[in-house]
Amino acid sequence: MADSFNFELVSPERLLVSEAAVEVVLPGTDGEMTVMAHHAPVMTTIKPGIVEVRTDSGTINRYVVFGGFADILPEVCTLLAESAVHVDDIDRTDLAQRIQNTTEDLADAKDEMEKTRIAEYLSHLTTLQAAV
Amino acid sequence: MPSLKDLRNRIASVKATQKITKAMQMVAAAKLRRAQDAAEAARPYSQRMGKVLANIAGAVTGGADTPKLMAGTGNDQTHLLVVCTAERGLCGGFNSQIARLAREHTRSLIADGKDVKILCVGKKGYDILRREFASRIIDRVDLREVKRVGFVNADEIARKVIGLFDEGEFDVCTLFYSEFKSVISQIPTAMKIIPASAPDFETEADGELDASVYDYEPDAASILGDLLPRNIAVQIFRALLENSASEQGARMGAMDSATRNAGEMIDKLTLTYNRQRQAQITKELIEIISGAEAL
Repeated sequence: MADSFNFELVSPERLLVSEAAVEVVLPGTDGEMTVMAHHAPVMTTIKPGIVEVRTDSGTINRYVVFGGFADILPEVCTLLAESAVHVDDIDRTDLAQRIQNTTEDLADAKDEMEKTRIAEYLSHLTTLQAAV
Repeated sequence: MPSLKDLRNRIASVKATQKITKAMQMVAAAKLRRAQDAAEAARPYSQRMGKVLANIAGAVTGGADTPKLMAGTGNDQTHLLVVCTAERGLCGGFNSQIARLAREHTRSLIADGKDVKILCVGKKGYDILRREFASRIIDRVDLREVKRVGFVNADEIARKVIGLFDEGEFDVCTLFYSEFKSVISQIPTAMKIIPASAPDFETEADGELDASVYDYEPDAASILGDLLPRNIAVQIFRALLENSASEQGARMGAMDSATRNAGEMIDKLTLTYNRQRQAQITKELIEIISGAEAL
């Protein structure tokens, strides 16, 4: 049995999850990463995607997050998400709305930097839509 | 002297008012509980945000690439005041207290020769401030349609503020709201959000891991760049939540005393009414008796 650590998923509205987890897969901006107990301290930004939490008992919970960042310490992993929902409760119309908004933003973007940033965000969103 | 009928009507109308204020008080009490819960639920996020910011700020500050949101623009000529008030009145001194604080702040800034711009959140503050500072109010945000303050609302305001900042419209941003201490005490507060005040970070940082042991992905500066705008949204969100709890608390207090006053008024009116009724009966009796005696 692998060691467990405390995983917290926090959205601005409330503390969503606080439980002992064995393994958490995070959609980091620089690529997915798996966090296990005794991980080296890392701080990373999160792209829109799915967080997978494997708890002590082996059940796997999946949450959809829209951006944010994670603070990883050896015993705790705190994920501050801009907005987060359990994968079963995802609101598809909301997701579609976000994609549409981002598409509009992309059309309005002024400089290249911004354009790249928004395009990237849009691609994350569409991948996410395909995944759920 | 009002007639008996007038008195009766007045008593009836005060009673109706009392019923309304009583109902409003109870509604406010229920809403207050919800607002308090919301404020409580939002606390972990802002706390952790503070911790993370403290950590990361320690790693980045001092360098030339410190983001402007934290370091400031280097001067403090133009101030932006974000004044958060309620959408509705009938909540005691709640709106006027916040507006007064903002007004005093504005006056002292103007006296120092600074430029002041005001962003109003909520209708009531706008109504009060526009009498004196109409030309300085650059924008107002309406939350009347919003039933429960969500992070989206705060994010929208934050975006507006940051957009203005990026365009160089102001140097310092101060947030005005009412802090919820208890049901009977709400304290109007001014909080500087741009540039983010460093002392906050230090006090929150104690007992935490040394920032240097952290790995950053992609790198500390870009995380900080991502974090600071979000932090502003979080601060505004917190202010809005505190505000809505305070508003309901203030309304509850105001409606409680209104109900009590109405009760006192009813007692007084009833007393006058009874006296007058008795006087009239006595008068009629005297008339009958003296009429009988005259026969």
